[in-house]
Amino acid sequence: MDPAVVDLSRLQFALTALYHFLFVPLTLGLSFMLVIMESIYVMTKRPIWRTITRFWGTLFGINFVLGVATGITMEFQFGMNWSYYSHYVGDIFGAPLAIEGLMAFFLEATFVGLMFFGWDKLSRVGHLFVTFMVALGTNLSALWILVANGWMQNPIGAAFNTDTMRMEVESFREVLFNPVAQAKFVHTVSAGYVIAAAFVLGVSAFYLLKGKYPGVAKRSMTVAAAFGLASSLSVVVLGDESGYALTDNQKMKLAALEAMWETEPAPAGLAAFGIPSMADRKTHYEVKIPYVLGLIATRSLDKPVEGIFELVAKAEDRIESGVIAYGAVEALKVNPNDMAARATFEQHRRDLGYGLLLKRHIADPRQASPELIKQTAWDVVPPVPVMFWAFRVMAGIGFLMILLFATAFVLVTLRKHQTKWFLVLAVAAIPLPWIAAEMGWVLAEVGRQPWAVEGVLPTFLGASSLTVPQLLISIAVFTLLYGALAVVEVGLILKTIKRGPYALHDPAPDGSPEPEAAVA
Amino acid sequence: MEIPVDFATLRVIWWALVGILLIGFALTDGFDMGVGALLPFVAKTDEERRMVINTVGATWEGNQVWFILGGGAIFAAWPFVYAISFSGFYLAMFVVLTAMILRPVGFKYRSKRQDPRWRAFWDWALFVGGFVPVLCFGVALGNVLQGAPFRLDSDLRAFYDGSFLGLFSPFALLCGLLSVSMLVLHGAAWITVKGEEGPVAERARRIGELAGLASIVLFAAGGFWVAFGGMGFRIEGLADAAGPSNPLRGAAAVREPGAWLDNYGRHGWMILAPVLGFAGAALALLGLRAKSAWMAFTGSSASAVGIIATVGLSMFPFILPSSVDPRSSLTVWNASSSHLTLFIMLVVTIVFLPLVLAYTAWVYKVLWGRSTTAALAVNPDLY
Repeated sequence: MDPAVVDLSRLQFALTALYHFLFVPLTLGLSFMLVIMESIYVMTKRPIWRTITRFWGTLFGINFVLGVATGITMEFQFGMNWSYYSHYVGDIFGAPLAIEGLMAFFLEATFVGLMFFGWDKLSRVGHLFVTFMVALGTNLSALWILVANGWMQNPIGAAFNTDTMRMEVESFREVLFNPVAQAKFVHTVSAGYVIAAAFVLGVSAFYLLKGKYPGVAKRSMTVAAAFGLASSLSVVVLGDESGYALTDNQKMKLAALEAMWETEPAPAGLAAFGIPSMADRKTHYEVKIPYVLGLIATRSLDKPVEGIFELVAKAEDRIESGVIAYGAVEALKVNPNDMAARATFEQHRRDLGYGLLLKRHIADPRQASPELIKQTAWDVVPPVPVMFWAFRVMAGIGFLMILLFATAFVLVTLRKHQTKWFLVLAVAAIPLPWIAAEMGWVLAEVGRQPWAVEGVLPTFLGASSLTVPQLLISIAVFTLLYGALAVVEVGLILKTIKRGPYALHDPAPDGSPEPEAAVA
Repeated sequence: MEIPVDFATLRVIWWALVGILLIGFALTDGFDMGVGALLPFVAKTDEERRMVINTVGATWEGNQVWFILGGGAIFAAWPFVYAISFSGFYLAMFVVLTAMILRPVGFKYRSKRQDPRWRAFWDWALFVGGFVPVLCFGVALGNVLQGAPFRLDSDLRAFYDGSFLGLFSPFALLCGLLSVSMLVLHGAAWITVKGEEGPVAERARRIGELAGLASIVLFAAGGFWVAFGGMGFRIEGLADAAGPSNPLRGAAAVREPGAWLDNYGRHGWMILAPVLGFAGAALALLGLRAKSAWMAFTGSSASAVGIIATVGLSMFPFILPSSVDPRSSLTVWNASSSHLTLFIMLVVTIVFLPLVLAYTAWVYKVLWGRSTTAALAVNPDLY
């Protein structure tokens, strides 16, 4: 396997996935905020809430199509770029993607047209129902994607079948109720809600700073403050860490994002600062806060948190066992009725993936020397500095968001919507949760390396047998196209914001302070 | 758990279900794409173009899910097919995706600015988003009928010998053109159903008639080519219909010119599929002539069902034969998911597909009525 093909395939996947996730979280959160706003409209029947719903709905629509357009790439990219991965785990991984289409994406995509075009064709409650279906669809969509992704992080409910040379489902229930998937779903969806709330809060603050549309802006701000406070608390409190004790790779992730080389005796401390070095295998200038990590990782004060050295030693044992499993698979390929090989395989099957790690260095893992196994064991360590900093940026922004929305909540409760310093901060804060969300995916996916599926299939084996020119063409065109579309989208969003909530549908109500307040 | 349906039956059910999903895609998103491909030719002024775009404006998003679901279902039920076809046709798929990225954006962004150059740009984006994928799907099917140049090693990893330009053989191009004419006919019929009567509908009928004639001629030519052009594969010996999904085990496939007609000899009823392909196109032509929009649309739908079913039935049990190493060919018996996955996915489909059809029907009902230029002036929501 040409390493350049693997690297380029990874680059393309990272680019398209990170780009896709610029639009998805806003869709996830804004759809529910539309439900809230429209519910208030249905209950109070006050036209301003209809104006508010339709205004944010217009922005939702501009963003939604790019989520759809980039999602198409995601759906087919596994087969195009990760052909062997698709074969190897398609029996498990394909199902949630198909169910996502059937249960969730059909729902949101079928109703979203009616949401925009059905205002005059439906009763108030009927239209609210349609909006709710869109929100439900987008959020169910996230559920199934995270079931699929969660399985890559914690591949339970499946086993390798030597007759078909791939992983096959043993228990669909386990795949579905995978604790890592559940934790990821709550965490990811809440992050989307925070992004949407920060967007609505920031744009409303912009209007208030400019003295425009105060009626729409203040009400929107109130919704955003409450929704954002609940969501930002949920992101942090119901964070992702509940899954870190489950598998060797999850433990490695935790050790890597903490840059914790040696096992920490209980209660482990959390590094607030440091400069991790992969070459020296240690962290320089480390500043630790005592107790905190033990609390987060083990929810106790008396359990140690495993460090990188210890986990690498464990990986070495598993590679040795994996080589035996690999040998058994090769024997079964030749003679499927070799009972001795089958018995050996049953004993070592759990470590087959670790044996495959050697394929990066040697064609036949059975020929690997003890030194090579020792060296390969270090492959299970993801890039520690990336993990260390991505985590700190993500978590730091997470706490800032709680502060931001708590302040917003206090201010709107006191009816001090016009607090200028806060309005400036709210506008400036718009990009922050996006950065945190992207860092979250970096953490999850870079942290999963060297695995495509933890302990099962190394990433480098999953790629298709493509050529470098094929990949260069697709990466270049996708980058140009996506770049251009991003510029167009931001331009249209700014234009829509500038034209304001009364541009399209409703005349500004007479005698009200809008939008004439701009002059005052 | 005891699985109540046996493996071989489930494989046939999933072969049929994926066929139904692909037909669903051709019938629904097919007219959206046909409308896109027709847009610059049937509608000249901005007002006309907006009227045409709004014939599919509210529903194309839902229709497109048939495509996404088709991909997902192939992944879940036929992981081999998903893995090998999309990577084997890498650059062709890439061109399809690029075109399909432009399409959603074209619908949404075109109306956001008045600037005529802006609108003309997105009109062509919508054209590309309709025409290019339809052409590529046809070309891809042509290649599937001829066999794709891939081989499997003992780990079941796929390797490819073909090139991008190699995909465009004369036969594959003929299939591409058939696909375009079939869905242009379908799109033209849709414009007469959902658009307003007038010069646009008139142009749609004229182009639709040409497309209908082309469909008949190309479908017939393709049929002869398949019969006498040396195409076809056959399984040697008896295939184990419930065997493991591993092409390198079990009965081997061989190349056998003319074998794509074998099924019609064995199962006479299958001839209904090509008959429907021709009769549907003829009915559509009559409908366009008689200005009966629904007759035209029924005809174009029937024609698409017949043509796609013909390809599937002719090849059964093959899904993706290999031209360079027939032993590696993917069939219904060696390329599916596990017994359990097929069963679970069947249950999920039985529960959700009727639900999808029900709410889709409801949405179409609420949005019933023609797209008119008059409505453009009063409804700011329209594209």
